[in-house]
Amino acid sequence: MTALSALIRRDIRIALRVGGGALIGVLFFLTVVVLMPFAVGPDLALLSRLGPAILWLGALLASLLTLDRLFMADHEDGSLDLITMSRTPLELACAAKALAHWLAAGLPLIVATPVLGLLLNLDMVATGAVALTLLAGTPALTFTGMIGAALAVTLHRGGLLMAVLVLPLSIPVLIFGVAASQAVIVGPMTFGAPFSILCALSLVSLVIGPFAAAASLKHGLD
Amino acid sequence: MSLIDLANPTRFLALSARVLPWLAAATVVLLAIGLYQTALAPDDYQQGATVKIMFIHVPNAWLSMFVWGVMSMASLGTLVWRHPLADVAAKAAAPIGAAFTFLALLTGSLWGRPMWGTYWEWDARLTSVLILFLMYLGLMALWRAVEDPSRAARAAAVLTLVGALNLPIIKFSVDWWNTLHQPASVMRMGGSTLDKSFLIPLLVMAVAFTLLFVTLHLAAMRNEILRRRVRSLQMMQASRVAFSSEVGTGSHQENASKGAA
Repeated sequence: MTALSALIRRDIRIALRVGGGALIGVLFFLTVVVLMPFAVGPDLALLSRLGPAILWLGALLASLLTLDRLFMADHEDGSLDLITMSRTPLELACAAKALAHWLAAGLPLIVATPVLGLLLNLDMVATGAVALTLLAGTPALTFTGMIGAALAVTLHRGGLLMAVLVLPLSIPVLIFGVAASQAVIVGPMTFGAPFSILCALSLVSLVIGPFAAAASLKHGLD
Repeated sequence: MSLIDLANPTRFLALSARVLPWLAAATVVLLAIGLYQTALAPDDYQQGATVKIMFIHVPNAWLSMFVWGVMSMASLGTLVWRHPLADVAAKAAAPIGAAFTFLALLTGSLWGRPMWGTYWEWDARLTSVLILFLMYLGLMALWRAVEDPSRAARAAAVLTLVGALNLPIIKFSVDWWNTLHQPASVMRMGGSTLDKSFLIPLLVMAVAFTLLFVTLHLAAMRNEILRRRVRSLQMMQASRVAFSSEVGTGSHQENASKGAA
């Protein structure tokens, strides 16, 4: 337990210090959202209708782009070998690393959402709904993306290939995240049904992600 | 004859060479029977002659999921038993499965145009099959991106098993969500709702397409084994050339130094 909490604390510290990539994700999120009005035009009614979709897409891309460093830095300085050889089960270590990554890179996205909601002409309720769905959905993005990060480090290939492999897995999260936020804004569906499916997706990925990532690390690093 | 006897690629090549002609012949015969029965099948009272797209569409759709199932079994073989032919089977199945999925999507949209009035609709069944197609393509990209086959095999196996979660979603998507796509009518609780005059040709076509897959898969596996042999021969040749040139310059220098002495 102490080993895991030490791992989480270490990863958060590295991510927040100079050279860590946590806050670049938020900057990227901001840039993507600011780009959208230039693409679709500054029509406020249209922007408030597309708002949840734009915020979700930005968060998805931001969390995907920060993910490929999840194991890569540890692999380069050798600490990943120590983690795989340690007595702590590799699955738990992977889960701890993903949790730390979500705390350092995922939570700032959710904190930034209300500010970006203003730019997209979303009212209080809509912004709250998007932030709540992001809070429930981004763990799923991190934990499924971790599989891609583990494959990236074992294959020494990052970037586009990993995006191509991981993005199809994140489509359900996007569908139900946007559906739940739209349900609050325009109706006619209830918020509960898509939101519970979103939570279920997060819980499933919480179980599947660490096992798949640990399997690919165990079989791939040699 | 157990699965482990096939672990020897040479034995597999010999056995598959004997089996393949029979499989190919059976496929051709069954496809001919199925197509003949399809031509004889009556028109639907609502859909008219377009109902015959079903006899191509449904087997393709079944196989798109069946092939991912085969790949998942092969992936278990790679990760758990390190069976040497498992990753060959997984690699050879991916392009075939992608082709079946593409044909299922294509025939489905051709069928959807006259029946639903649209080529494409973002409903749960269509979307989940499209995700399956994207995952096939991603898997093929992964196989092509890594030079070392055994390293690529283990990565692809993990990804295949994760992707297998999509299969039950595809199967039950028509029951869970209220979709434009019709609910299951052949494999359902309480028997099929399809009339016999449609059901029998459909089953014949399904068996014929499955045999087609097995034939293509065995042939592709043979090709993959031979391709790997060529690759290792080329690597041996390359290292021999490199080694002999190294030795050659070494002795050359030795001679030169002898001459100088």
